[in-house]
Amino acid sequence: MIEVRGLHKRFGGHTALRDVDLDVARGEVVVVIGPSGSGKSTLCRCLNRLETPDAGTVRIDGEELPEEGRALARLRADVGMVFQSFNLFQHKTVLQNLTLAPTRVRGLPRDEAERDARELLGRVGIGTQADKLPAQLSGGQQQRAAIARALAMRPKAMLFDEPTSALDPEMVGEVLDVMTDLARDGMTMVVVTHEMGFARQVADRVVFMADGEVVETGTPSAFFDSPATDRARDFLAKVLSH
Amino acid sequence: MNVITDHLSEFGHGLLLTAELTLLSLAGALVAGTVVASMRVSPVRVLRAAGMAYVEVLQNVPLLVWLVLAVFGLPEIGLMTGLFTTSVVVISLYQGAYTAEAVRSGINAVPAGQGEAARALGLTFTQSLRLVVLPQGLRTVVQPLGNIAIMTLMNTAMAAAVGVVELTAAANRVNLAEATPIWIFVTAGLAYMALSGLFGLVTGALERKWAILR
Repeated sequence: MIEVRGLHKRFGGHTALRDVDLDVARGEVVVVIGPSGSGKSTLCRCLNRLETPDAGTVRIDGEELPEEGRALARLRADVGMVFQSFNLFQHKTVLQNLTLAPTRVRGLPRDEAERDARELLGRVGIGTQADKLPAQLSGGQQQRAAIARALAMRPKAMLFDEPTSALDPEMVGEVLDVMTDLARDGMTMVVVTHEMGFARQVADRVVFMADGEVVETGTPSAFFDSPATDRARDFLAKVLSH
Repeated sequence: MNVITDHLSEFGHGLLLTAELTLLSLAGALVAGTVVASMRVSPVRVLRAAGMAYVEVLQNVPLLVWLVLAVFGLPEIGLMTGLFTTSVVVISLYQGAYTAEAVRSGINAVPAGQGEAARALGLTFTQSLRLVVLPQGLRTVVQPLGNIAIMTLMNTAMAAAVGVVELTAAANRVNLAEATPIWIFVTAGLAYMALSGLFGLVTGALERKWAILR
């Protein structure tokens, strides 16, 4: 489904990604973890070319991501993305946030798009908030709306870039619940997160990154119970000690 | 005071023409400014360069020079447009350069994540600009655009120099007959102030109406 080969990305003198390979099978949930600055967000953003890699290839469903332009837009339409800061369109209602892309990109009739949107909002538990502006919602509700907005395009895969890092602690659970349901339904997912509990319970595979490289990858039980590298052991000791 | 009441119709016609010049030029400036600002933030280098060249060239030559150049230059290349039309086009393009800079600062004030979210959904750059970034950017620069509107109103007086009988030219004509410049130009000045006061009120109302909840 997603195939990454030899990805390199530099920001000025800093190398954010160094020769990264990654394969995500259809229906697989891959959770990317690692310390801050390890390149996991950059990797996630390269997967739909919001960040342009300096070298390497990304293939989605066998098709290589093109340079800017219409072809890239078409491929992006098939890959949903959820951001740390929600990024809901502030000047549109929640419902309009969900219908914008389906009507403008897919050419869906407005009433059909609105029916889909209301159903999705119900599915993520905010059906009554459809006509509010994003700023009138709590952080957890905004993030669930953002997930619904991505799902409204009926994507083949979903990318989550630290979806719970900007949330108050009591709202993390409601967002993780929606993501867990999505995983159970068989969605292909790449999740960058610091939520170790989610990684352990929902991931099919954990990818551990440090200093722009994939250091270790394995099943959650293997990775959390018996990490193979010192870097991973060191990281886990710090995040799991309390 | 008789000089004013005796020439009410001249003042009236002048004021009407000033209002027409201003509104048409403003509409033109808004269109030109939005297009040029969009070019200046586009991923295409040629468009960015062209947008920047437009702003630099238009802003760095006085409006009066542009007006005179257009009035005498356009017939040379076979374009016979009326003085009013020529003035509207020139003022639109000139004010468009200032509008472009205001709109561009509005675009830059929209968080980058808004455009990223739009593109991640499959919208093209143009779509994300038109549907997501510009509507938010324009709302944040209502106040500077209001200032540009007032500046446009004041600049329509330049059209007097190329034969458009707007408010300033009308006042000048009345003065040639009556030779009481103080009263006549104080009256014209008050009319300009009334119009710009109106713009101020409209700007304030629009700003409150379009404020974005963040």
